Amino acid sequence: MNQPGMWDALRGIVRRDLLLAMRRRSDVAMSVFFLVIVASLFPLGVGPEPAVLRTIAAGVLWVAALLACLLSLGRVFTADYLDGVLEQMLLIAQPLPVLVVGKVFAHWLISGLPVVLLSPLLGLQFGLSGEPLGVLVLSLLLGTPTLSMIGAIGAALVLGVRGSGLLVALLVLPLYVPVLIFGAGAVTSSLAGVGGEANLSLLGACLALSLFFAPWATAAALRIALE
Amino acid sequence: MSFMGINWLKYSAPQAFYPLAGSLIPWFAALATLAIAVGLFLGLLIAPTDFQQGDSYRIIFVHVPAAWMSMFLYVVMAVWAGVGLGLKARLSFMMAQAIAPTGAMFTFLALLTGAMWGKPTWGSWWVWDARLTSELILLFQYAGVILLRTSIDDLRRADRASGVFALVGVVNVPIIYYSVQWWNTLHQGASVSMTAAPKMAATMLTAMLLMTFGFWMYSIAVVLARARCVILEREQLPSWGKESSMPEVAEAR
Repeated sequence: MNQPGMWDALRGIVRRDLLLAMRRRSDVAMSVFFLVIVASLFPLGVGPEPAVLRTIAAGVLWVAALLACLLSLGRVFTADYLDGVLEQMLLIAQPLPVLVVGKVFAHWLISGLPVVLLSPLLGLQFGLSGEPLGVLVLSLLLGTPTLSMIGAIGAALVLGVRGSGLLVALLVLPLYVPVLIFGAGAVTSSLAGVGGEANLSLLGACLALSLFFAPWATAAALRIALE
Repeated sequence: MSFMGINWLKYSAPQAFYPLAGSLIPWFAALATLAIAVGLFLGLLIAPTDFQQGDSYRIIFVHVPAAWMSMFLYVVMAVWAGVGLGLKARLSFMMAQAIAPTGAMFTFLALLTGAMWGKPTWGSWWVWDARLTSELILLFQYAGVILLRTSIDDLRRADRASGVFALVGVVNVPIIYYSVQWWNTLHQGASVSMTAAPKMAATMLTAMLLMTFGFWMYSIAVVLARARCVILEREQLPSWGKESSMPEVAEAR
């Protein structure tokens, strides 16, 4: 009889979180609608000038994606923390960072991937097309997992703290700045005809760094929150 | 007793640290006053006027040391937090807690003087330049550390959670430093470096280094004083607060 390995644990966590999310589909729909609404507010505020919209498109869509990710961060650990499942998870024989990777990956599938899939549509609304639109999608594809990774640290730190929703925003948003700069920068430089490769590479570097460090930091934060 | 012979670990106990800090504060405070007074005198009255920027450049003597301190102090705070997390030492967390407000103050000072300097030289109070922006983000991070600590009621958890956050935020400090090269923007490059000959007059450099030294001493004095308050607040032993009757070192726990 084989002991369940690391991959089994990872797959189990991802499958469980996805299943839970499918049972509460309105939660998933909410963050997607939030993104669409925030993105639609900007043309109403700034005016329908296509040239202006095209220049602010990258920044607006990235900020909207950032906020959508932020809003869904509360769901990564809170429910499991409240019903005690998280405490049991700490006792599993597999290393805690592996479980964290599983939960973050599930969070990205639920809240990050819809943003990526929806972004071409929103980009078209802002007058992006051709290569810049492709770069936008690619930058979100590379950037949103980083957002989930970094966000998980903040979500774990504020578990069970009063006013945690606002606090996690204060903690996490400053850490999101490099991703925002590189992500929006990729689209902007592609619009300027320079090509977004440099910024996309930096985004990839951010992703690699956060994949390496964030699970450990999150695991440490979870242990602190639950001891 | 020789310098190396002192049992330094003894002072990791708050009870032993409290009187030591108390006796050190006047020295650091005096050094800070002296260095800042001489530095300001040299900088504001003696140093030559800049031929491009006129007298407005003199704000450099506060701006640059404050900016340096804001970053140094963040790293120092993170190191204390790391030591606390690694060794489970209470005093380390108290030091980290004591450093945060001073660091935030210097960050704010750097931003304020930067804005005051930006107006005459660049023509606007605020420019979205990489270094200004990352200094602003540093201020947000200080705020995050302080707010995270204050919103958690359990002291032990507050210590460790804000420590983890401070360590995570340390990633941002090199970004601040390299941002000039990365984004290549308005802000002038560094005027002082260890390797190249400085591009400024000797008096200016002396004044600036004196100010930096003064700010260091000020920070140490203030942090020690605040650490004493933190110790008093947390340990609350009945005999404490009356300095003369401070108990000799006790291994309370």
